[in-house]
Amino acid sequence: MANITLKGIKKAYGKVQVIHGIDWEINNGDFVVIVGPSGCGKSTLLRMIAGLESITEGEISIGDTVVNALEPSKRNIAMVFQNYALYPHMTVYKNMAYGLKLMKLPKAEIEERVQKAAKILEIEDYLTRLPRELSGGQRQRVAMGRAIVRQPAVFLFDEPLSNLDAKLRVQMRLEIKNLQAELGITSVYVTHDQVEAMTLGDQLAVLNGGYVEQLGTPIEIYERPASVFVAGFIGSPSMNLLDGQMGADGTALILPDGSEIPLTTARPSLAGQPVTLGIRPEHFSLSGGDFTVPLKVNVVEQLGADTLVHGHLGESTAPLVLRLEGVQSLNTGGIVQVGIPQDAVHIFDQASGKRVD
Amino acid sequence: MIENRPFITVLAHFTLILGVFIVAFPIWITFVAATHEAVRMTQVPLPLLPGDQFFVNLKTVLFEGVGGSGAVPVWLMMFNSLIMAMLIALGKITISLLSAFAIVYFRFPFRMGFFWMIFITLMLPVEVRIMPTFEVVSNLGMLNSYWGMTVPLIASATATFMFRQVFLTIPDEMLEAARVDGAGPMRFFWDILIPLSRTNIAALFVILFIYGWNQYLWPLLITTDSGYFTVVMGIKQMLESAEQSPVWNLIMMTALLAMLPPIIVVLSMQKMFVRGLTETEK
Amino acid sequence: MLPFMLVAPQIAVTLVFFMWPAAQALYQSFLIQDAFGFKTEFVWFENFQILWADPYYTASFKRTALFSIAVAGLAMSSALVLAAMVDRIIKGVMAYQTMLIWPYAVAPVIAGALWVFMFDPTLGIFAYALNTIGYDWNYKLNGDQAMALVVISATWKQIAYNFLFFVAAIHSIPKSLIEAAAIDGAGPMRRFWTIIFPLITPTTFFLLVVNIVYAFFDTFGIIHAITQGGPAKATEILVYKVYNDGFIGLDLGGSAAQSVILMAIVIVITVIQFRYIERKVEY
Repeated sequence: MANITLKGIKKAYGKVQVIHGIDWEINNGDFVVIVGPSGCGKSTLLRMIAGLESITEGEISIGDTVVNALEPSKRNIAMVFQNYALYPHMTVYKNMAYGLKLMKLPKAEIEERVQKAAKILEIEDYLTRLPRELSGGQRQRVAMGRAIVRQPAVFLFDEPLSNLDAKLRVQMRLEIKNLQAELGITSVYVTHDQVEAMTLGDQLAVLNGGYVEQLGTPIEIYERPASVFVAGFIGSPSMNLLDGQMGADGTALILPDGSEIPLTTARPSLAGQPVTLGIRPEHFSLSGGDFTVPLKVNVVEQLGADTLVHGHLGESTAPLVLRLEGVQSLNTGGIVQVGIPQDAVHIFDQASGKRVD
Repeated sequence: MIENRPFITVLAHFTLILGVFIVAFPIWITFVAATHEAVRMTQVPLPLLPGDQFFVNLKTVLFEGVGGSGAVPVWLMMFNSLIMAMLIALGKITISLLSAFAIVYFRFPFRMGFFWMIFITLMLPVEVRIMPTFEVVSNLGMLNSYWGMTVPLIASATATFMFRQVFLTIPDEMLEAARVDGAGPMRFFWDILIPLSRTNIAALFVILFIYGWNQYLWPLLITTDSGYFTVVMGIKQMLESAEQSPVWNLIMMTALLAMLPPIIVVLSMQKMFVRGLTETEK
Repeated sequence: MLPFMLVAPQIAVTLVFFMWPAAQALYQSFLIQDAFGFKTEFVWFENFQILWADPYYTASFKRTALFSIAVAGLAMSSALVLAAMVDRIIKGVMAYQTMLIWPYAVAPVIAGALWVFMFDPTLGIFAYALNTIGYDWNYKLNGDQAMALVVISATWKQIAYNFLFFVAAIHSIPKSLIEAAAIDGAGPMRRFWTIIFPLITPTTFFLLVVNIVYAFFDTFGIIHAITQGGPAKATEILVYKVYNDGFIGLDLGGSAAQSVILMAIVIVITVIQFRYIERKVEY
């Protein structure tokens, strides 16, 4: 068990810099998730913690030890890979025991650790099988087992669920969450899937282009996205983002086609500024709200529990997506007034993309 | 089958049986000749059906050899062939595995230079450089030795490329998992790479064993001591003496023995051999 | 250090037994030694000029070309027929394959011995048959017959190899293509020539290269066993001539020049082969 400290971490391949200086303190026992689109550097960061990539600049400590120069096997970590990386020619038992054997642990202890892990993961019956004789979910468990038996200070997960089908993914997600809570081992989990990120993490780091866009709990990030990028990345369907200009007195947003969105709280400091306004699809309603805007309905998708409405803001070209509760019947082509609560409006500076309050 | 035309199926079987007949006939004749007495082999027409001297001939050939006193017994030739084939096959596999491992998993100076150097050996079959290679081996004092018969032949671009190909298909994460598990490079090589390549190793072994067993020109040049003669060379010597006094029954028995090991290897490992052949050489 | 130690054995063998001798051959090809071996003279390309002016050498060159084309053509066409037939049947595929592939395992010189035995002018079973029907068979005296015999022997050994590759190539054609052609009304022969044959072109080309290399270099044993290049050099192909001039004739410079020419041929063939493989990768 250990905390992880990242200080000014940078990574460059030749002249191309992929990580631009990350500082982060991960608390002992926390489950943290690094989330971001592909190519954002999230796997690179994880692999630097693991010791599979060299650190160009900065310092990584696990517990009290600076691990920059340590081999992966000396860092007291265990890693679960995206494709599991099970040794195909070894049985499940041998896969789990291999690292312990290399640690030169006594046979009896290896046996005990493997059996215990197998019990926790409910794979005792498969110990003599080869990986190719297992289903995707079982392989996933073996990969986890291989990590558990090492009794590491840190678990590292590199998109471990992306090779599973949707149903299994939900199930394994829960199991990983429970297991981590039970073992209390500090875990760093990388994913591009924002649902996984939201459900698993105590803390999230949203990465984009090698920079940390935002650090925080899932709810903080959902409720107060720090940038346009985070706003668009977290949440499904994505937040509606409309570019416009703040009115002269800061009480309304003027869209490019001249239509206005009224704001109850005036923001005089932003008067006349170009801004981006964000509203989550699920915050619209057909009745209520602090103010209303006209919506021209184009397509209605009935999901049963929810209804997704795709349309435009009035006669403008600005697209809007709404998620309404329950089954809603709306006429395609018609215009309806939809309500928005005032505190559901997010405003970002258009130039920097940063949140403004 | 797309259409049901019995005629075509019959034609196909007929053609194939004809093909098998043509391919197998020389071997049948060899077998028949090896079962008769020497005298019968001087009377025209030669027999088409086996005689009863198989074991007599077998014993003569194995323990006395062909060509009277001073002849090398065939068991010794077979033994030499076996040593040569095994050393060549295992030697090629070993050094190719090692160099492919270095080229795929390490970054080091002259890496590509070494790669191309190995590649160029493809372009220098032993037949085109026999004279100078012979001189090198002779200067190194390797004439009339198992080392001289094998070492100059064990560089292999084909095998190196094949193992390189195999290693490239093994996901990087396998190496990373091994590193997290605490395996160093050589441990990774032994514990992971070798077991994962074993079907390829086996397939290659079949091909290289045959290659080694069937070597002819090279051992012919560098062995003058009859104690090192291989069975493939032995046949040629017997043919020469056959100009004067043909002992075809014994020569054909030797031929039979000479082709037996490679044929056994091919047939017993047919699936692997076919896969190895059609996959490695492409 | 570790990577260097790993490549060291292969590189050592390559340097000592490949690079150095090849360089030697190149060097010696520029030298002429007098008849008694007392004096060696550096003569630039004179050895090559002598070779090209030597009617025996040019004849050997043409003979090798003829021999290779004959072996490649015969071995490939008969293998293709057999492979196409195997594709038509359902039962016994493995049995036929087993029966057809063993000559691959037979050493060239052994193959030579078998055919010598069958065609021996006084004893051979086929010689007897030919003489009985009134054909005067004696390959020891008749150059054309000798050539025919080495071509047949070399072909016999190579059919197995070609057969396996053709079977694999035909097998890899999607069944749906053949079925589509059948629905379009193409009969078996038409399907073979318009669908199967064009689609296995890469394999055919690959085999052509391999067969030519085989005929050039791997048939030494066959010729050595059957004719020793005779009668009157009628079967002396290039590889045999290098050996003969070098080891028997002891003409070092001339033999080295021949080696260099052979190396050039191998290099050209290898380059063609790799060009083609690169292209194939793009498919």
